[in-house]
Amino acid sequence: MIAQNIAFGIIATVTAVSAVLMVTTRNVVHAALYLVAVLASLGALYVLLTAEFVATTQFLVYIGAVMVLFLFGVMLTRAPGGETQSLTATSWPVAFGVAAILAGALTWALLDQFGSDELSENPVVFRTADVGDEIFSTYLIAFEAASVLLLAALIGAIVLARKD
Amino acid sequence: MFGDPIYRDGVDWGDVALMGFKVLLAFVFLLVATMFMVWFERKVVGDMQNRIGPNVAGPWGLLQTFADGVKFFFKEDLKPANSDPLIFRLAPYLSAVTAFVAFAIVPVGGVFREGEIDTGTVTLFGKETYLQVADPPIGILLLLAVSSIAVYGVMLAGWASGSKYPLLGSVRASAQAISYEAALGLSVVAVVLLAGTLSTHGIVAEQAGGLRSWFWLATGVVPFGVFLIAATAELNRPPFDLVEAEQELVGGFHTEYSSIRFALFFLAEFMNVITMSAIMVTLFFGGPAGPIFFGLDWLWPTVWFFAKVLVFLFVFVWFRATLPRLRYDQLMHLGWKVLIPMMLGWLLVFAAIRQHRLDNVDTAVAIVVGLVLAIGATALLMAAFSAGDRAYERENTIKDEVGG
Repeated sequence: MIAQNIAFGIIATVTAVSAVLMVTTRNVVHAALYLVAVLASLGALYVLLTAEFVATTQFLVYIGAVMVLFLFGVMLTRAPGGETQSLTATSWPVAFGVAAILAGALTWALLDQFGSDELSENPVVFRTADVGDEIFSTYLIAFEAASVLLLAALIGAIVLARKD
Repeated sequence: MFGDPIYRDGVDWGDVALMGFKVLLAFVFLLVATMFMVWFERKVVGDMQNRIGPNVAGPWGLLQTFADGVKFFFKEDLKPANSDPLIFRLAPYLSAVTAFVAFAIVPVGGVFREGEIDTGTVTLFGKETYLQVADPPIGILLLLAVSSIAVYGVMLAGWASGSKYPLLGSVRASAQAISYEAALGLSVVAVVLLAGTLSTHGIVAEQAGGLRSWFWLATGVVPFGVFLIAATAELNRPPFDLVEAEQELVGGFHTEYSSIRFALFFLAEFMNVITMSAIMVTLFFGGPAGPIFFGLDWLWPTVWFFAKVLVFLFVFVWFRATLPRLRYDQLMHLGWKVLIPMMLGWLLVFAAIRQHRLDNVDTAVAIVVGLVLAIGATALLMAAFSAGDRAYERENTIKDEVGG
């Protein structure tokens, strides 16, 4: 348990620092890379919670696909160097307020729901296979709906991109 | 049972030391193997092109790579003025580290026997364990996750160099890697469906019991072919080495790199070839399985494993020596319009066959229905392709008329 707590401390610090750096840096590619660091440390936290499948999905989808495309666009459209002075919008106090309210609401909801829970002495081991069984039985309709939605978004993106 | 038996009764310092030993062994093995892989490639390509190849440093030029490595260390480390200093330094390490990590899930030895519950273990220093660095429950997904991170090394290297040829090279590389990752993942799905487990150890255990237990028909032809092609593209090896097409891009994403940073990219490339060969042996050719003749039981599987890996290493070199490079549109065409639809269709047919066995439907009915569906899907796909081609031509003729 002690080792787990130390690891959590380290990873959480990395996450928080990267998150702050992401919104303060002036270089747009650096910002994207800090976001990658945040997502990767979240993946590390999932591993710490023995949710390997969620961690791998995080890596595959967010880091491997979403952020790569993101960087792709940034690299091709921005001048080499990626330094941008106008990256900090003038309305940042509003954004800060929204972020603070969101963080507060989430923290409150989590504490209210799980604040008094304690880990059981004999935790249930939930394996990757169980995740698969759950997705394809209990949550089958939600899973299929999400797939169809993604497919529609994909086709829509192609249609929008081709009509030029 | 699941997982490495070493963790079943808690973890003590001996277990930690053993894991450290395994990691060190894998690390040293990969480094040395890469060294000889570079020599092997140069020598075989030399033979195929009627040249001698490296023959000065050491017997048969064996120490050539070592000499090159030493030379790289003493070269001046250039950094272009336009580059992004931190990312320029970071990129080669991203490439090299990811190349090491993927090898962790490959079982390199252990006697696998059919039907045994706890098969494929060896005893190291009095502890029963698997002969692989890690056997995570997500198994083969780790390979896909790691290879998606490996894209960053190439992409950031090209961008951070601050010049156009590396940027173009890295854009090609990342587009290529993303496109072929889909085909790679789909062909892995077929193996996972058949083995019923993601764990690489489990996949090898499913194939234990001689040649007839290998998945010849189900994954041996279509998924293996797709995997081999997609892996070659993923590795940026010829004929898919558009990333460093000298005639078009100077040297590709590592044009601006010199000294040991360049060597790291080189190391990562050859190390990835070894890892991919090992993964192919694991997924499609029974991993360390093979007949055990005499004497040391634990030695033979490892020997078989390396023999099989060597075959694939030769295949990769053979590709390089014989196949001309693809054009970029051909590459994208092959990836998106041939490999992915083929693999999706195969998965559909394959899943239907698996399901009819579970449901006890008549085999003939299942085959007829499967065939009809497959033909229908292919016809739809062809119609979509020709519609796309017609739209493309129409667009181009309009452009020509306006432009002309």
